[in-house]
Amino acid sequence: MPETIIQVDNLIKQFPVGKGFFTALDNICLRIESGEFAGLIGPSGSGKTTLLNILGSLDSPSSGEALVLNKSIGKLGAKEAADLRKEAIGFIFQTYNLLPVHTVYENVEFPLLLLKRTKKERNLQVEEALEWVGLQSKRNSRPNELSGGESQRVAIARAMVKRPKLVLADEPTANLDAKNSFHVLDTMKELNERLGVTFLFATHDDKVIQYLRRIIELNDGQIARDYTPEKNIQS
Amino acid sequence: MIRFILRGLLRDRSRSTIPLLVVAVGVSLSVFMHAYVTGIMGDMVRQSAHYSEGHVKVLTRPYAEMAHLNPIDLSILNASELEEVLVRQYPELDWVHRINFSALVDVPDSLGETKEQGPAFVMGLDLLSDKSTEIKRLHLTEALIRGRLPQHAGEVLLSEQFAKKLAIKVGEEFTLIAATVYGNMAYVNFTMSGTIHHGSPAFDRGSILLDLTSARDFLGMEEGSAQILGFFADGFYHDDKALEMKNSFNTLKEGETEDEYEPIMLCLVDNPTMALYLGLGSQMGMWISLVFLLTMSLVLWNAGLLGGLRRYQEFGIRLAIGEEKSHVYRSLLWESLAVGTLGSTVGTAIGLFFAYLLQHYGLNIEAFSENASQSVMMPGIIRARITPVDFYIGFVPGLVSTLIGAGLAGIGVYRRETARLMNEL
Repeated sequence: MPETIIQVDNLIKQFPVGKGFFTALDNICLRIESGEFAGLIGPSGSGKTTLLNILGSLDSPSSGEALVLNKSIGKLGAKEAADLRKEAIGFIFQTYNLLPVHTVYENVEFPLLLLKRTKKERNLQVEEALEWVGLQSKRNSRPNELSGGESQRVAIARAMVKRPKLVLADEPTANLDAKNSFHVLDTMKELNERLGVTFLFATHDDKVIQYLRRIIELNDGQIARDYTPEKNIQS
Repeated sequence: MIRFILRGLLRDRSRSTIPLLVVAVGVSLSVFMHAYVTGIMGDMVRQSAHYSEGHVKVLTRPYAEMAHLNPIDLSILNASELEEVLVRQYPELDWVHRINFSALVDVPDSLGETKEQGPAFVMGLDLLSDKSTEIKRLHLTEALIRGRLPQHAGEVLLSEQFAKKLAIKVGEEFTLIAATVYGNMAYVNFTMSGTIHHGSPAFDRGSILLDLTSARDFLGMEEGSAQILGFFADGFYHDDKALEMKNSFNTLKEGETEDEYEPIMLCLVDNPTMALYLGLGSQMGMWISLVFLLTMSLVLWNAGLLGGLRRYQEFGIRLAIGEEKSHVYRSLLWESLAVGTLGSTVGTAIGLFFAYLLQHYGLNIEAFSENASQSVMMPGIIRARITPVDFYIGFVPGLVSTLIGAGLAGIGVYRRETARLMNEL
């Protein structure tokens, strides 16, 4: 029986605006199992990134419950939230966000440094992660020497190197051309299948949507639809 | 992790080179300024002490009150007896007699008629006795420009500038005219054995150095001396000891007799200008450190804020990957510690290097101090003086201000919500 990675019940997130509040997420209920390749889709302002931030323990709900790997996000202290991110969650961003002064190898190695892995372990895991994304030959390059597609693949390697249970990807293909987008998505799909890592995307890119096995459509902070597409690249 | 931080520092110049330069420049300026002011203050104090004040001096109370007029009629009469007492009671000091007076110099031509005349400041001091320490103290051998030091009674040294003005040559005679201790006018011929350059515009303008015995004979003072100056053996003024001596001497003399000419002891800080300089000298280190600390903290705080703003992306990524805020903050402090240590070391080395150059070669400022008064002996060549304080006067504030700057700037990381940092990615 698959493990529940994310369980969200009656989640509300409000932001103060002037004297009132803006409700970004309104009574969200959601359950995501281990190994899923799911996506939050919807127009800008629909609450995708806000939900992703909460599930990534970067933000907390105003009310309701968000359990990630059986940890209640709203009840986590700063250190516990950081520990959850460090040990179990990988992030992939729209703008890659590699550390510019560090090499590809060092960028991928960084999460393992935080986990205090030995040098030998780090070396093995980084090489393996670079192999997954096909960038062994670029290990000594700096981010400014990489193409957009290569940079995003480094970001994938960095997110995957610690073998997280959950990867949160916020518009991962928004800055890539079609060829690189498919390359990156193929890589993520392969890792999902090979390693069983759960992927949750926030996107409105059709190319990504083609790959998703589950689509959660958000509109005005509410789940409008939650469905499995009839046809996708994986099927 | 340390290697990760160091790599970041070395590769990101705005994180390392710029703050390092700021710290190094600030530290080097502090070190240099401290050495410079210590040197110039020390030179002024030392020169004033050697030429006119002594570290302590014994003179009659009326003379002390009118010292600016050089009133030789108010001098100490039994100076040798008093010197014996001083040597016995305060053997750690070197005691010397001085007689300062104003005179008129008359240089004759070949017919004996006045060729040149000029007012002179004459200092009577021990130039001829075997036990004299004055030649060494005033560096007269090194200061000699022409001729030689006096070897016989009746021989004098003129300042080179004064001799040129009077057009008098080595070996030539001139007449010194002054009022004696009894109020008569005395006219005595002296021979100029040589000229010297004091390095002090006030003395170089028009001064004559005359042996003490000749001065006494000239002024009819017999065993008298205008002042008896005391110098500490190591050549440096020690305020605590001098004050202690002054108090013990004056207490001892007080009530011994009702003689209004009873000698009193004064120390260097009794000269208000000297007191100011000595006070400045002792507090300067603290002020330089304080000003530096505040200025550099502000500068580095701003630099840190700008750097921090630029690095919000990096902080956001690191937080997203799972680094704790406190860890990010600590890494900022470690970075600043590394930058501060290196910058302060480099700055101290540069400051000491330039201070050494100024100490060794000096800077001639005679042209700017021609009108200096004799109350404070302004040296013609200013020199820095490197002291042990210079090794930490810039280093410690350099390090502390870097840490404070980074600490203040790093608070921004704490105050910013993690999600906000992420949204700015």
